[in-house]
Amino acid sequence: MPSIQAEVTNVATNRPQAVKSSLWRQSIRKLLKNKLAVGGFAVVVFMFLLCFVGPLFSPYTDNKVNMTMMNKAPNIHHWLGTDKLGRDVLTRVMQAGRISLTVGIASMVLSVFIGTLLGAIAGYYRGIVDQVIMRIADLLLTIPSLPLLFIFGALLSEWKVPTDYRMYIVMLILSLVGWPSLARMVRGQLLSLREREFMQATIVLGLRDRRKLVNHLLPNLVPLLIVIATLNIGGAILSESVLSFFGLGVMPPTPTWGNMIDAANNMIDFQERPWLWVPPGFSIFATVIAINIFGDGLRDVLDPKQKR
Amino acid sequence: MSEALLDIQNLKKYFPIKAGLLSRTVGQVKAVDDISITIQPGETFGLVGESGSGKSTVGRTAIRLTDKTAGEVRFKGTDIYSLPPEQLRQLRPKMQLIFQDPYSSLNPRVRIGEAIGEAVLDHGLAPASDIRDIVKEVLASCGLSSYHIDRFPHEFSGGQRQRIGIARALVLNPELIIADEPVSALDVSIQAQIINLFSHLQESKGLTYLFISHDLSVVEHLCSRIGVMYLGSMVETASRDELFRHPLHPYTKALLSAVPIPIPKLKRERIVLKGDIPSPANPPSGCKFHTRCPFAEQRCVEEVPVFRNMGGEHWVACHLV
Repeated sequence: MPSIQAEVTNVATNRPQAVKSSLWRQSIRKLLKNKLAVGGFAVVVFMFLLCFVGPLFSPYTDNKVNMTMMNKAPNIHHWLGTDKLGRDVLTRVMQAGRISLTVGIASMVLSVFIGTLLGAIAGYYRGIVDQVIMRIADLLLTIPSLPLLFIFGALLSEWKVPTDYRMYIVMLILSLVGWPSLARMVRGQLLSLREREFMQATIVLGLRDRRKLVNHLLPNLVPLLIVIATLNIGGAILSESVLSFFGLGVMPPTPTWGNMIDAANNMIDFQERPWLWVPPGFSIFATVIAINIFGDGLRDVLDPKQKR
Repeated sequence: MSEALLDIQNLKKYFPIKAGLLSRTVGQVKAVDDISITIQPGETFGLVGESGSGKSTVGRTAIRLTDKTAGEVRFKGTDIYSLPPEQLRQLRPKMQLIFQDPYSSLNPRVRIGEAIGEAVLDHGLAPASDIRDIVKEVLASCGLSSYHIDRFPHEFSGGQRQRIGIARALVLNPELIIADEPVSALDVSIQAQIINLFSHLQESKGLTYLFISHDLSVVEHLCSRIGVMYLGSMVETASRDELFRHPLHPYTKALLSAVPIPIPKLKRERIVLKGDIPSPANPPSGCKFHTRCPFAEQRCVEEVPVFRNMGGEHWVACHLV
C-alpha cells in the first residue's frame, strides 16, 4: 500500500493560499498578548544566546588555569572575577550554561519520549498492559526522587564512570525519574479523549487505528505535551544542579551551574568572594523562573482546563 | 416482504452499576430492555421518548458503537455482532451515525476537508487525487461552500457544523443513517433547515433513516413509522398517520397532548403526567408505566403487558387497550 502519509498530506496541505486560522495561530496570538510569558521567553532566549554564542567572544577558555590571577574580584578584564585557579568566572558561567541547558533539554526530550510512549500505550490498549506500565510508574513515583538521584549519582562514582560520560548518564537518570508523572498525564488525557464524541465518530466512520492515533489523538495531545515539556526543562535543570552541587552529577573540571555553586561550600569563599557563586546561582534562578513563567503562559493558552 | 435493511430483535443493553473498592457490580441500568425494530429500505423510522428512555442507546447499539447485552442486530441480513473487527470496519460506511452535539462530534484540530475525506481514503472508496473534488461535492450537497474545505470546526456555527457531520456521513454513500437527535442542539430556525436537508437527501439518495428525537413535531414531519419508547421498552409502534390519529397507549396520548398547536382557542384534553421517569436501575413492576399512568389498574402493577399487534401493524403494549 502506498504511504498513508502521502495521502494525508494530499487532503490536508494541498490548498491554494487557503484561509489559515488554525488553533495554533490563535494560540500564538493569545500568547503574544501575555506580556509576562513573552518576557519569560525573552529571558530564556537571552540565556541560550549567552551560553551558546557568548563564549565565542570571550578571550578566555573555561579550563585555562592562570595561577597569577587567582580569586580576583570583578575588574575590567574579568567582569565577574576569577576563581581559585585563576579561570574567568563569566566564561565558565557561559560554558556551564551550555552543559546545564543541554542536560535540561536532553533529559526533557528523553522523558517526554518515554513518558508519552508508555502513557499512550497504556491509555490506548488498556487492560493488562496498562496495569503493568502504570504500576511501574506508581512504584517509581513512591520513591522520593532526590534520594533516588543521590543513589544513582553515588553508584556512578562507585563504578568510576569516566567524567566525559557522566553528563550523558545524568541525562538518562533524570529522564528515568521524570517519565512516570508524564506517562500518567498522557494516559489520563488519552483516556478522556477516547470517550469524546469525535473519537466515537472515528469508530463509526471505520477509520484505521493508525489514522485514529496519528490524526486524531496525537494532535490533541501535543498542546499538553508542549506545556509539560517546557515546565520539565526547568525541573531538569534544577535537578542537575542539585546533583552536581553535591558532586554526584557532572564533575569538575567540566563546569555546570550546579558544581560552580559548590564554591559556596567554603565559608571564606561564601562570605568574601560572592562573585564565585552568585553568577551561576543567579543563572539557575533566572533561567528556571523564566521557563516556568513561559510554561505557565503556554498552559493558559494551550491547556486552559488544566488551570486550578 | 423484502429483506429488512436493519433488523433489531430483542435487543437488550444493561449498564452495570459498580460500587465499592473492588468495583463489584451491584446492579444494572436497563437502558434498553427487549426492543425489536425492523426497518425496510427507504423507510424513515422515528424513535421518540423522553430523556433517559434509552433511545440513543438503541441507536448506538444498533451500529455496535456500544456492545449489546443480548439480542440480535442484523444489517442487510448480516449479524453485525458476529463480524470480526476488520470486516465490521469494512461494513461501517454503509451504516452511519449523526451525533446529537455538533460541537463535540468534530475534532477541533482536524480540518473539515480532512474530517470528511479521511474515511473515504481509509475505505479505499476513491483515489487520493479525487478526494478534494469529492469532498467539495458533498459539501455543496449539504449546503456548504467549497471554500469551507480548509477551515477548522471552530470557524463554523452550530447549524453549519451539523451539516458537516451530515456531509461526513454522506460522503461514504451509506444505506442507513441513524440520526441521534440531530437537531436538538440547534435553534428552531436552523432545525427546520437541517430537517429539510434530511428529507431532501432522502429523496435524492434513497436513504433509510432511524431518526431519534424527543420532538414529536419533527418526527411527524419526517418519519413514515414511529416507535414510542418508555424506560427502555417500546410501548407503541405504528405508522405516522395511525399513531397521530389513533394513539392507543396512554403514554403516547400524553406525549401527543403535550405537542403545542398554533391554535390558542382550541380546547383539547390535556393529559399531564405526574412525577419523573422512574430509575431504569430499578424499574417498576408489571407495566413500567403504571406509576405515572392515569388509568393504571391493579393488573398493571402485577403483569407485564405483551407487545401485541392491534391490526394494520399497529403494535402496543398495554393491558387496557
